[in-house]
Amino acid sequence: MELDYPMKQIINDEGFFVDSSYEKQIDEELVRMFYFNMLRIRTFDRKAINLQRQGRLGTYAPFEGQEASQVGSALALGANDWVFPTYRDHGATLTYGADMVRAFLYWNGRVEGCVPPEGKNIFPPAVPIATQLPHAAGAAWAEKRKGTKNAAIAYFGDGATSEGDFHEGLNFASVFKVPVVFFNQNNGYAISVPIEKQMNSATIAQKSVAYGIPGVRIDGNDCFAVYFETKKAFDFARSGNGPTLIEAVTWRTGAHTTADNPSNYRSEEQGRDIVDPLDRLEKFMKNYGYWNEEWITEAKEKTAKEIEAAVEEMERFPAADVNDLFDNVYAEMPTDLAEQKESYLAHLRGQ
Amino acid sequence: MTMHVKESNAKNETTSMMTMIQAINNGMQTMLEQDERTIILGEDIGKNGGVFRATEGLQEKFGADRVIDTPLSEAGIIGTSIGLAVNGFKPVAEIQFLGFIYPAYEQIMTHASRIRTRTMGHFSVPMVIRAPYGAGIRAPEIHSDSTEILFTHMPGIKVVCPSDPYDAKGLLIAAMEDPDPVLVLEPMRNYRAQREEVPDGKYTVEIGKGKIVREGKDVTIIAWGAMVAVAEKAALQAEAKGIDCEIIDLRTLYPIDRDIISESVKKTTRAVIVHEAHSFGGLGNDIISIINDTSFLYLRAPIERVTGFDVPVPFFALENHYIPTPERVFEKIDKVIHF
Repeated sequence: MELDYPMKQIINDEGFFVDSSYEKQIDEELVRMFYFNMLRIRTFDRKAINLQRQGRLGTYAPFEGQEASQVGSALALGANDWVFPTYRDHGATLTYGADMVRAFLYWNGRVEGCVPPEGKNIFPPAVPIATQLPHAAGAAWAEKRKGTKNAAIAYFGDGATSEGDFHEGLNFASVFKVPVVFFNQNNGYAISVPIEKQMNSATIAQKSVAYGIPGVRIDGNDCFAVYFETKKAFDFARSGNGPTLIEAVTWRTGAHTTADNPSNYRSEEQGRDIVDPLDRLEKFMKNYGYWNEEWITEAKEKTAKEIEAAVEEMERFPAADVNDLFDNVYAEMPTDLAEQKESYLAHLRGQ
Repeated sequence: MTMHVKESNAKNETTSMMTMIQAINNGMQTMLEQDERTIILGEDIGKNGGVFRATEGLQEKFGADRVIDTPLSEAGIIGTSIGLAVNGFKPVAEIQFLGFIYPAYEQIMTHASRIRTRTMGHFSVPMVIRAPYGAGIRAPEIHSDSTEILFTHMPGIKVVCPSDPYDAKGLLIAAMEDPDPVLVLEPMRNYRAQREEVPDGKYTVEIGKGKIVREGKDVTIIAWGAMVAVAEKAALQAEAKGIDCEIIDLRTLYPIDRDIISESVKKTTRAVIVHEAHSFGGLGNDIISIINDTSFLYLRAPIERVTGFDVPVPFFALENHYIPTPERVFEKIDKVIHF
């Protein structure tokens, strides 16, 4: 079965084109956009880990190694699409336009971190596994019913394919032919469980057969393959053809979260042969004359500055307001809850 | 597509005799006509009109696009309804029997009820879940659960439970107009138990308000759903012994009407709570705590409860032993009177 889903690549590990049909579509602007965004989210990710270690953030779920998957897919979205991320997809949401201060706030235990900028349809990260797939199907269904050309993307990992909601989401989306892209990042491990213990099928892409929808397996560390295949899936969805299942094969370089120790379940050698997505893009840029030291330095300075400013703003952010514990549970607060709130506020005031 | 919401007709001059199931059907029809955002979805609800006929004729009238037969997939129904609701629609999802809702529990507990809180009001889920519940119709096993407490314990959702046709339609429409998710528990035993005059047009019964279905001075019986009729029968037995019962039909289980409970208990000084759900952790315990907080010092006897037992709802050969009976309720009335 695996042979039916060969891993698509546009550039190889050495940064050379393996599919030259894309040469004309890849120009300096696009290359720089990819490099800049991948650099930006990697810097964010590493900063978040450092902040956690310094006690300035809570537990954090790093995505290093998955930047090409997250940036490539997020840049393929349209302005009014819907994004249903997991907790490991802040790289994608930041690329799509989520606010960086709020991304830091999220990992600092602040509910404000789930509030997207006005006009950006970014759902809060799914923390339970695979539950966002039916949501994405529903939001996409709503767009179809409204007669728009907007679509939705659901991010999920390899472990999510074992959940019932994976099936229920794909099944609904395929039965009602809704414009949604199911974007799987297969990073090889669900916390400690390797993919061969997660499923008996050779690929995730082949699961699409069961739903009668297209499935593609792509090199998730090749930002161009991710970008063009995701775009294709969106075009397919916007034209009324329904969902696509994309399996982006990638690698989580670090731990599941800052509270996890991968040496308990992975050897040091594992993953060593995998070429880092940013390194690969760098090779590509050098191979094809896109590498410009001056621009790279500027990009590094710009991202570092942005991230420092975001951290400062996160740390200056007003303290969590106890009113927010109560105020957004219902549109109109039930009397019982209002009494609990009043009584607790009185307690805090020492009354 | 632009979606229109017609003005609601405040006056409802005409009424028709309806059973509860007809009133529910009529309520959905009313809202399908008035609010284009309304869509109905569930298993066997379209072509088949629902296993209880709650949606009979609606697909014919409003199309398979708005009255939607879904795959057999409770988490899928609720999960996609969340996406639809967040993105501008007002889904009414039917779960065929409350006993089958559990695959969707995560979607309700973790998502439908929490999205407003998690996004500080940026996103909300104005959806309705309808679920027939309860025993007493000789249904196959697992079809007869009364697990309302699993949902009343869940912040972010409201739970209503009508006992008669008028309230069924009025609460359903109120639920459909509510900005937050509402679970409508429909006592299947009452679906065809009585007919009454129900307005043909649009009206609502306020969520969060119980009603006194029988006024009395000696003891307050608190019940909801199918247990209201049981309480009424027990009250008739009590009346024959000279005991004057007041009966509260709670109608909404969360947010609960604390005032109606406390006012009545202050007046009668005695209370008996009747529910079909299991005893331990049942809503009756919360009602006791409300009385404790509001009217404890008025009591002349400890509060009594008549509930289902702490056993799985049995196969139907034994269901009449499980469901509270008027006789069991009367025993407790007698006990609080003669304490």
